[in-house]
Amino acid sequence: MHLVYPAVLAALLFCVGLYGVLARRNAILVLMSVELMLNAVNLNLVAFDVWLRDTLHAGQALTLFTIAIAAAEIGIGLAIVLQVYRNRGTADVDRLRDLDEDAHRPDPERADREEKAEAAA
Amino acid sequence: MSTTTTAVLVPLLPFLGAAAGLLLGRRVPGAVRPLAVLPTLAAAVLAVVVAWQQGGGKTLDAATRLTPTGSVPIDLALHLDGFAVLVAVLVGIVATCVQLYSTAYLRDDPRYPSYAALVSLFTSAMLLVVYSGDLMVLLVGWEVMGICSYFLVGHYWETRAARSASLKAFLVTKLGDVPFLIGVFALAADAGTFRINGILTTAVSGGIEHPTLVALLLLAGVAGKSAQFPLHTWLPDAMAGPTPVSALIHAATMVAAGVYLIARLLPVFAASAAALVVMAVMAAITMAGSAVAALAQDDIKRVLAYSTVGQLGYMTGALAVGNRSAAVFHLISHGAFKALLFLGAGVIIHAAGTNSLAAMSRMTGLAKRVPDAYWTMTAGLLALAAIPPFSGFFSKEAVLGAAEHATTGDAPGIPAAAGWTVLVAGLLTALLTAGYATRLWLLAFRGKGAEAAGHGREPLAMNAVLWVLFLPTAALGLAAWKLPDWFDGVALTPTLTTSVLSTGLALAGVIVTYAAWRRTAAYAARSPLGAVAADPEAAPYISEEETIATHEAAYGGIAGAPDPADPGRLLLGSLHRHAVGGFHLDAVYAALFVRPTRAAARLARFLDREVVEAYVRGAGGAPRLLGAAVRRAQTGNVQTYLSALLAGSVVLAVAAVLVATGA
Repeated sequence: MHLVYPAVLAALLFCVGLYGVLARRNAILVLMSVELMLNAVNLNLVAFDVWLRDTLHAGQALTLFTIAIAAAEIGIGLAIVLQVYRNRGTADVDRLRDLDEDAHRPDPERADREEKAEAAA
Repeated sequence: MSTTTTAVLVPLLPFLGAAAGLLLGRRVPGAVRPLAVLPTLAAAVLAVVVAWQQGGGKTLDAATRLTPTGSVPIDLALHLDGFAVLVAVLVGIVATCVQLYSTAYLRDDPRYPSYAALVSLFTSAMLLVVYSGDLMVLLVGWEVMGICSYFLVGHYWETRAARSASLKAFLVTKLGDVPFLIGVFALAADAGTFRINGILTTAVSGGIEHPTLVALLLLAGVAGKSAQFPLHTWLPDAMAGPTPVSALIHAATMVAAGVYLIARLLPVFAASAAALVVMAVMAAITMAGSAVAALAQDDIKRVLAYSTVGQLGYMTGALAVGNRSAAVFHLISHGAFKALLFLGAGVIIHAAGTNSLAAMSRMTGLAKRVPDAYWTMTAGLLALAAIPPFSGFFSKEAVLGAAEHATTGDAPGIPAAAGWTVLVAGLLTALLTAGYATRLWLLAFRGKGAEAAGHGREPLAMNAVLWVLFLPTAALGLAAWKLPDWFDGVALTPTLTTSVLSTGLALAGVIVTYAAWRRTAAYAARSPLGAVAADPEAAPYISEEETIATHEAAYGGIAGAPDPADPGRLLLGSLHRHAVGGFHLDAVYAALFVRPTRAAARLARFLDREVVEAYVRGAGGAPRLLGAAVRRAQTGNVQTYLSALLAGSVVLAVAAVLVATGA
């Protein structure tokens, strides 16, 4: 099999993943897109490993590492998303704007709410 | 122990006592008093031993090279001649008396440990000045005294008067020290050494290039330290310090240092006739002016302060006519009776509950309450007024005799003008001195009115010290026959002409003042005046602190009181108003120095705030604007950031490819 097929497939997969990361609003779908990008890289690693006839199969070994790390990463990522959802009632990336310059300006409504929470505590 | 070792221990012991007192003062309260008194006492005893061993014989010199400086070396040098050893004995004894007195006077003061340590340090610095044979090392002691006087005068720093007085004492003496330092450097540059012996050899052989200039520069420092006109203004204000400190500063240390220094460096001054005339005029103005001012003061301690200024004028006058034996003789006898007078004044202030003579003149029986202070102070005032046979008579006669000797032109190198100036001013001051001494005695001990407030018996330590100092006050005059063996060999015994003249003038002063007092005393009952701070149970210093803090409010001024019963007011007439404020010299200084300095400070403030800071603000403004522009990119949307990251990476990758392919 010529190298071009897996390479093009990997490029397509990567682009789909990239699009998902940049354009999707749901945090879970963003995470899934990251998985797509990682697997595109895995595909490349395996394909080039075969094409180069590497006796140590470094590409395949590295792929195993990547899969293991991806599993850990998705676990942590999903946990974060779950916590964010529990805290805010949404997993919409567009609405998680705490890093915004304006987000730290005193929001009278929110301050009011926090005060109430403190009083309740 | 050799004499040298003993002499090294004399300044070292009080220094170690001061260091130990400062370190242990708070942790071991029981050790404070022994640490204050014993090292000073030991130093006094050792100073007597050194004086005994030296015996006025050959001058002892010992030196060790302190540091090679590359140019003029600095030596740790001892120079023990008759002058040094006797002045050291005076310093040691007076300092011991002051320390003993302070144990009672400041007995409950929470700041007593640091106070006692500073007094020890002060004593040690003065002893260093006295024994040092090297001008640089002498200067160290000289400056340590300056800083100690700042701390000690400001001991009652809760009162405004004490705060400003301590700053004033420090700044005015420093004003004199700057030219002094330049003078010392000029001397060392000509002589190639800081050793006083080397400098004197150069001076005698005419090796100093500008003798007048150098002498005048040194004179400025001496005027600051020894409170000579026009730098004497700090000394009356320094009365805001505790009485024992006043006694120490005025009798044996600090002010004596300037006179002693001229005595040591007299050949340098004698090399220039102009400097001697300047010195004589300075001494004449100082003694006459201060005596008039003393006649108008209301605060008992300020009277004594002005009298110190005047007596220092006598010493400077003796030096101006080239007779250092007479100057140091007067320094020693004055040190003894002035310490007595100040310590006695402390007792009186405690017993009367006021430092105001106007208030004391409205009390009956003050003399009966403090009989020890009454008798010893009477002797001290007689010595101050130079009535025979007290010590002040003999030493003042020595000064006037030296001046009279100079008027005939017999003394080589001494201008007759200097002799006449000192003699005339000295005789006039003798009259005035007797006048203000009598006024003080009459107002303090012969008051009429309500009974003086009861303070119980004065502490034994305070009374005992007065009697110790009474001995030299009464009997030191006999030393006039013995001292020439220790000093330069010049006769110090009184001569007939000046004795008769000055004693006659002094008696006239006493009689005139007494007559004036008889006339004015009747007014006292008609014009009630005075505030008394009576604290029968508290330590003596508390009365003094209260009375210093309230004098201005109670009497309308720090120096004077509106008292029609004051004989000084009758004697001085319209001059009284000016004499109270020290002839407005402070106002002149305010116009000449204080106001220009304030204006310069305002200018500097304007330049700093409006000019320099404008650049700083501009430099900060530009980055702030840039930052505001960049901040707009921070939307908080992670995907926007990632997109920007991706775009950047693509651009970089394309650029890298293009560079790699060489396009």
